[in-house]
Amino acid sequence: MTFAATLAALVVVLALTWRWLGSYMAAVFEGRVQFLAWIERPLYRALQTGPQREQSWRRYAESLVVFSAAFLGLGYLLLRVQGHLPLNPQHLGAVPPALGFNTIVSFVTNTNWQNYGGETTMSYFSQIGVLTVQQFVSAAVGIAVAIALVRGFSRGNSATIGNFWVDILRAVLYILLPISFVAGIVLVGQGAVQTLAGPVHIHDPLNGVTQTIPRGPAGFMGSIMQVGTNGGGFFNADLAHPFENPTGLTNFLYMWLTLSIPVSITHTFGKMVKSVRHGVALLVVMAVIFGGWVAFTTYAEHQPNPAVAAAGVQQKQTGNTEGKEVRFGDTTSALFNVTQTQTSDGAVDSASDSYNPMGGFGLLTGMMLGEVTPGGDGSGLYTLLIYAIIAVFIGGLMVGRTPEYLGKKIQAREVKLAGLGTLAMPLVVLVLTAVAVSLHAGRSAALNAGPHGFTEILYALTSQGNNNGSAMAGIAANSAFYNVLGAVDMLLGRFAILIPALALAGSLAAKGVAPASSGTFPTDSPMFVGLTIGVVLIVGGLTFFPATALGPIVEQLSHGRLF
Amino acid sequence: MVPTELGTVAGLGPQGTGSSRARGVAQARSLFDRQILGQALVGSVRKLSPAMQVKNPVMFVVLVGTVVTAAEAVAHPTGFSWSITVWLLLTVIFANFAEAIAEGRGKAQADTLRRMRSETEARRLLADGSEERVPASTLTRDDIVVCQAGDIVPSDGEVVEGIAAVDESAITGESAPVIRESGGDRSAVTGGTKVLSDRIVVRITAERGKTFLDRMIGLVEGANRQKTPNEVALTILLSVLTIVFIPVVVSLEAFGHFAATSVPIVVLVALLVCLIPTTIGALLSAIGIAGMDRLVQHNVLALSGRAVEAAGDVQTLLLDKTGTITLGNRMASSFLPVGDYSERQVAEAAQLASLADETPEGRSIVVLAKQRFGLRERELGDGHRFVPFSATTRMSGIDVDGRAIRKGAADAVKRWSTEQGGRTPADLDPLVERIARAGSTPLVVAEGPHVIGVIELKDVVKAGISEKFEAMRRMGIRTVMVTGDNALTATAIAQEAGVDDVLAEATPEAKMALIKSEQAEGKLVAMTGDGTNDAPALAQADVGVAMNTGTTAAKEAGNMVDLDSNPTKLIDIVEIGKQLLITRGALTTFSIANDVAKYFAIIPVIFEETYPQLKALNIMHLHSEMSAVMSAVIFNALIIVALIPLALRGVRFRATSAAAILRRNVWIYGLGGIVAPFVGIKLIDLILQATGVF
Repeated sequence: MTFAATLAALVVVLALTWRWLGSYMAAVFEGRVQFLAWIERPLYRALQTGPQREQSWRRYAESLVVFSAAFLGLGYLLLRVQGHLPLNPQHLGAVPPALGFNTIVSFVTNTNWQNYGGETTMSYFSQIGVLTVQQFVSAAVGIAVAIALVRGFSRGNSATIGNFWVDILRAVLYILLPISFVAGIVLVGQGAVQTLAGPVHIHDPLNGVTQTIPRGPAGFMGSIMQVGTNGGGFFNADLAHPFENPTGLTNFLYMWLTLSIPVSITHTFGKMVKSVRHGVALLVVMAVIFGGWVAFTTYAEHQPNPAVAAAGVQQKQTGNTEGKEVRFGDTTSALFNVTQTQTSDGAVDSASDSYNPMGGFGLLTGMMLGEVTPGGDGSGLYTLLIYAIIAVFIGGLMVGRTPEYLGKKIQAREVKLAGLGTLAMPLVVLVLTAVAVSLHAGRSAALNAGPHGFTEILYALTSQGNNNGSAMAGIAANSAFYNVLGAVDMLLGRFAILIPALALAGSLAAKGVAPASSGTFPTDSPMFVGLTIGVVLIVGGLTFFPATALGPIVEQLSHGRLF
Repeated sequence: MVPTELGTVAGLGPQGTGSSRARGVAQARSLFDRQILGQALVGSVRKLSPAMQVKNPVMFVVLVGTVVTAAEAVAHPTGFSWSITVWLLLTVIFANFAEAIAEGRGKAQADTLRRMRSETEARRLLADGSEERVPASTLTRDDIVVCQAGDIVPSDGEVVEGIAAVDESAITGESAPVIRESGGDRSAVTGGTKVLSDRIVVRITAERGKTFLDRMIGLVEGANRQKTPNEVALTILLSVLTIVFIPVVVSLEAFGHFAATSVPIVVLVALLVCLIPTTIGALLSAIGIAGMDRLVQHNVLALSGRAVEAAGDVQTLLLDKTGTITLGNRMASSFLPVGDYSERQVAEAAQLASLADETPEGRSIVVLAKQRFGLRERELGDGHRFVPFSATTRMSGIDVDGRAIRKGAADAVKRWSTEQGGRTPADLDPLVERIARAGSTPLVVAEGPHVIGVIELKDVVKAGISEKFEAMRRMGIRTVMVTGDNALTATAIAQEAGVDDVLAEATPEAKMALIKSEQAEGKLVAMTGDGTNDAPALAQADVGVAMNTGTTAAKEAGNMVDLDSNPTKLIDIVEIGKQLLITRGALTTFSIANDVAKYFAIIPVIFEETYPQLKALNIMHLHSEMSAVMSAVIFNALIIVALIPLALRGVRFRATSAAAILRRNVWIYGLGGIVAPFVGIKLIDLILQATGVF
């Protein structure tokens, strides 16, 4: 498939997904889909909860934190004792403490930053029982928070924002499980590996060597890792590995799966607030920025590699094929990596470290925009709504009224919470990057000197701070220093946005709804779309311009000169 | 205002001169009066105290930055670090200057008012009936004072005895005197006003130091100014935008080290100051003060800043028909004879009775008589006596050439003619009733014992009012006309005026119910009122504008007082409220948009040594590292001064839809905010280069 056809097909299938999945999700969270109620009921009884027992935002947040902390502790324990657990044909030992901590934080926060090679570190049990389980529930947590925030808008004078346990259960049961099950079958059908039989050893008598070829339950893991915008694959090479991503169709399917929930949830939003137009407005914000980045990055990757050119090597092809699978090509690979960096998924089908400076810039800045275009499952919507609140506040002032979004007045409390949510990510990423480049432990990990080395460190901490998990590579990050620094980065990047989002949900739900008039700033108009795009770009641009200037920009301006 | 039979006290009511607004409190000084400028300069230095600065997080960061660069300049003195320090300090001073100048006009007005208060002396009535002279400032609640013609009313109170004409121009600027009498809705007097006639006994209702005058001084001076809800929200946003740039700048130092460059601390501070939203941070409080001041210029006193902001949010306006939608004074529209009299005879008698009547109603009768029957105004000889209207007789007229003609309220004129032996014609009462039912006012004309006919006074919708309502509609505001008239008449007038809705036969309870039902839908409601029975509704409304002519109860219930007692003012108030928010929003946008150019000015030059390639980003081609940083800092400081007039006057407001306003402001302040600093910084750089300093 050519690049243009891929892109066109992606737009078509996403439009259909938006339509159907979006309204299906709204029906799920409004309790109108009941076909698995027979599974729900006993679980609610056991947990002494249920859809009727709604929670205030505080209770909701407490449940969420308890839930995440429990999985964090349990997961860490399981990784540490994997050597004594079944499903370990390779007899892999315990995951080291710092790495185990980084890994479990990474999966609980929906980041899937991997400081390990899956096939050489994790037993099948760890892959399935710890990591894949988190790929479901961490995505469900994101969706739950987004739905809670949407309820903040759709309800008036309400003290509650839903029930956390019900929301995550329904997200897993009705949305994540069915989609990833069907997609998993297709992936395996296309040739993705799915086995528990352990690696195979092939003796090559000609060369006198024995090759060990790792295998495992890669197909189904690949399916939920994309549906849940997780991005942490079974193999170290992730989706560049033919066992995980065997064909052009699976490559396309992976992109579709990643984008499906973050894109469709804008329709869910529109349905739940009873104004599909408002959902469309957010979708357009996502699409415009996403489209811009796709255009920029694929163009950049379609240029010859300046480093190769600088070395005086004559290049025949125009694109930068260094680090890319020939079967995907430069532009489709770039498209793939953009979908993954803009969705907080972070899977790769080509090596980001080998991208042209401006191509790498496209991937890096895609994350720096805060993962809202369309962002991760749920997290994309709630973070974008936080930006939208800032946009509405400034726009509302400019029309001379106390700003309102969907009839909810945006006042001091909302601005404070939205401000916290906006502030958290740049603050965490910049401070931790500054720490990393200032300490020997941080500097020595970068495998390149100069701006490229700086970019490698910046990329690692940007990716973790945005819960993306995309790795540029080129950095030896499996050190105690980076494992702990990264874990802090991921925890703050997740919860310092998520908690304000829930508080925002509570404060909005408690407000009455003011009717709109022609004096109200219309929040479903092109002007709103423009203003929100402006806020996303300006916040990202103003906070990260100096950092990127010293990384990829200087590298590009040096025309591939290495330092 | 509850319409009496004859509207207001003819000629003495304030509506007559509603259009020509004299100034009382608001003795308009120019925005940049020389004296105010001088005081503001002093004030801007005095405001440098950290205790005052800490209230404004943005400027506080600039002040701390100034201290840091000053310390650096002392440790390693260079022309560059001293220049940066000076310009950073100037940035803070300019911000203070903006605030001081906004306060200046209010301070000047407060001084005038204070003088008035301290010079007054009161005649306190003692229990034994004797009087003692005491300074006005010693009066307390429930003291009884006497005021005679020529006296200044010493404090706020209620007339308990007597009736007098009072000149309230000191407070309201309205030169026409008003009638104050005991009992009813016209009993309130305000300290500082002057009694022109008669003698009244006043019971003081204000605590010492809490009179209307005291409150007014506090308000115009902005002494107890608190941040309004929206201002608080914006301050939070600005704090966020300030905090976020601290790690940006601090991390830059670390990033620089990685690239083997050390960025001087002076440059880092300069960059931080350039990035944080100093423009809006510096002007924010000036905008708020100027907004309140603009209301004062309109002779409206807002008792809280919250109310001014709420005015911008109002979605429903309750407007009294009389005085707001229609001219307070009804106009003669027809002469209707009774008994055997002809129309012409009614016109003649009415004209004669009105010749000396200078009220708008009286004039309109003369005009109509001339139009209908060509009756010319006659010069009256010496032998006539004009009988003025009074609240007790409720009629006026003339005694001339042995004829006694009266016109006035039906029952009053009927009684008058009966007293002289006349009989009421049978067709009078039905006629009067018919006119009244149609929403008009009947004035009965009688000569001696003979009732001649009736003059019909009709409501006249104010010119240009329907355009105002059209503008309101575009802004998304629903207008509701409130009137005591019956539904039929009310609808007719409402249609003519172009209001959206009508509340006819309105009782205070009905008004209250309407406000509550609008608020239940989440709408903000504004209304005007003056009577005691309006007080609950005024308190309930989000913006309650009490007429200064109204009762104390009304004035205490509302959150604004209109000194002109002109109900149309509500529309101006809404515009001022909106303008206040728009100015804040526009300057915030401008401030943030400015950052783009500042980055392009500073970032390329500070890493020029390590990465000469970054020169490609120096799209302004600034001369050197030092001149680039200096130019950005100087631009950042000067733009504050340049925008002070805009902050004080407010962004121009147009009554149009939100979408249109937004489009306009985004273009001007968003795009302008991106472009302006590119031009400005380049110009300053050229000047610095020419002077050869950097």
